[in-house]
Amino acid sequence: MTLTDSQKMAYVAAQAADARVNLQFETEDGMTLNMGPQHPATHGTLRIVAQLDGEQVVRCEPIPGYMHRGYEKLCEVRTYPQVTTLINRIDWLGSFANEVPFILAAEKLMEVEAPPRAQVIRTILFELSRLGNISLFLGDLGIQLGGLTIGFYAFRDREFVLNQIEAATGGRFHPNFDRIGGLKDDLPKGWIAETHRAMERVRRLCDEFEELVLGNEIFGARTRGIGVIPADVALSYGMSGANLRASGVDWDLRRDGCPPGLAYDQVDWKVWTHPDGDSFARTWVRLQEVRESTRIVDQLLDSIPSGPIMAKVPRIIKVPEGEAYVATENPLGEMGYYVVSKGDLVPFRVKIRSASFNNISVVPWVTRGVFVPDVITILASLYFILGDIDR
Amino acid sequence: MSSADAGTETTEATETPEPVTDERREHLVARVTEALGDAVVASHIRPGDDVWIRVTRDAWAETAEVARHRLGFSFFDFLSAIDWLPSPFGRDMDAQEDLVDAEPSTPAEIVTGYAGGDTRFQLLARVYDVESHLGVTLKADLPDDDLTAPTWTATFLGADWHERETWEMFGITFTGHPHLVHLYLPGAFEGNPLRKDFPLLARRVKPWPGIVDVEQMPNEDDDGEGAGDESGGAA
Repeated sequence: MTLTDSQKMAYVAAQAADARVNLQFETEDGMTLNMGPQHPATHGTLRIVAQLDGEQVVRCEPIPGYMHRGYEKLCEVRTYPQVTTLINRIDWLGSFANEVPFILAAEKLMEVEAPPRAQVIRTILFELSRLGNISLFLGDLGIQLGGLTIGFYAFRDREFVLNQIEAATGGRFHPNFDRIGGLKDDLPKGWIAETHRAMERVRRLCDEFEELVLGNEIFGARTRGIGVIPADVALSYGMSGANLRASGVDWDLRRDGCPPGLAYDQVDWKVWTHPDGDSFARTWVRLQEVRESTRIVDQLLDSIPSGPIMAKVPRIIKVPEGEAYVATENPLGEMGYYVVSKGDLVPFRVKIRSASFNNISVVPWVTRGVFVPDVITILASLYFILGDIDR
Repeated sequence: MSSADAGTETTEATETPEPVTDERREHLVARVTEALGDAVVASHIRPGDDVWIRVTRDAWAETAEVARHRLGFSFFDFLSAIDWLPSPFGRDMDAQEDLVDAEPSTPAEIVTGYAGGDTRFQLLARVYDVESHLGVTLKADLPDDDLTAPTWTATFLGADWHERETWEMFGITFTGHPHLVHLYLPGAFEGNPLRKDFPLLARRVKPWPGIVDVEQMPNEDDDGEGAGDESGGAA
């Protein structure tokens, strides 16, 4: 096929993506501060342009897109099993959790259900992804505020979680382990006892974090009352996960409307909320979420049923015609896939609803009038993964 | 559309025997129809699971208003669009060899999904009620010669970025949007990448290595049913 000139130009332009300058920010009065695209506080390549009046932010706008990989388009030319390889890389700290809603959507359209053993192991790995993700948040928040110590502690203990994910799936970061109708493999020998020990380490990390950071006077001064997001604004922006619960909305997709295929109904845990809606509340809710997550894992590890780990599915997967939206409570918030199938090997359209996209779109609203250092704490406490914004 | 009753067709999936009716979602559709009248074109309920409601384009903004303030759908989930045009580049993955040299063929007929559709582009949005834990997927057809729609930003603040993304990816303009500029793509980008007739250039310029011919297992019929171990092509 021959390409037209404009198509070639479009391709070249996409390759050289970095020429964008927001001219409207360059005003006569005030100063424009550009953070990023490569800035330590942005976990990737999120660019932030802030218009300042002295030390105060007048307007602040995040500019994503430096890492946009076009997954929605790429999904349209990949078979259903191949898609999981891609979507692993959306939120790269909780990779396994990305696969689950897509697989569940395909399972829903195909009307297959994973066997009970696979559902329980899937839920355990889902929660391990959450621990791997949020424990990095706990360390990273300290680093952003200049307290490096907790960063090292978090990285040290996060390793035990990653080791367990690696032992079970073969991949530390991108497991690609979930399959339509079950899981790729069964658990290795000795994994359950080892995972219990890893949970113990994570719980100790939580205690250390609570003592070192939450009780710290400087941390309190930097986060309490900073970046307050009321519940109705958070809902209107579609913020989800711990960010929404920190604004007092008691909603967790694991408890409320968990899609079939995950075993959250078998465990007992608590959804924590915080009424304040500030940076401190977001941190506190995430810390509790880690603790509850270790409880879920511990309970599930002791009740893994025996049986097969794969349901009977065709080797060549054709998904029947239909549409389905499945969302799960991922480490960063609600992650969902709207899958449109035309009965082919490949999905016709996949709309990826990622949590960070909505969570970060609140930044222009919440940073109005704050001081420059608070932008850092607000961004850190909102907690985003760039791959989850840019997809 | 003559009247609300005539215009509303409710299709129910009858494959699953257990919940054949879903009173909560039927009630919801009834309330939306009551509030919007003729603007509700069609609806589809999958009992116990989900509901789709298609409205006219003119009532798109009003639908958001009604959903948020009268029906309690306070959580904005996402807003996007679907291009229902079958890909003119064929179904790459169905072929056993890559279609690098394939010329764009004449598009086949457009077949739309739940709650139907008459045109190529369809808006797709989802709102959720965090109290009752009900979600609803909203759709609206856009006429081919006028790809504009009223903005949702007055109702849902989060629609801002979603509409910017939809604008650049599908070329759908949202009237009344305060700041409709590129979000992901560079400013000079031409074309709307998520349209079906926009070629995926990476696939066109280089053979795709991912096409794997799935060999038959021994003792297996031709229909591809087998022991459910490795599923389909490895990436």
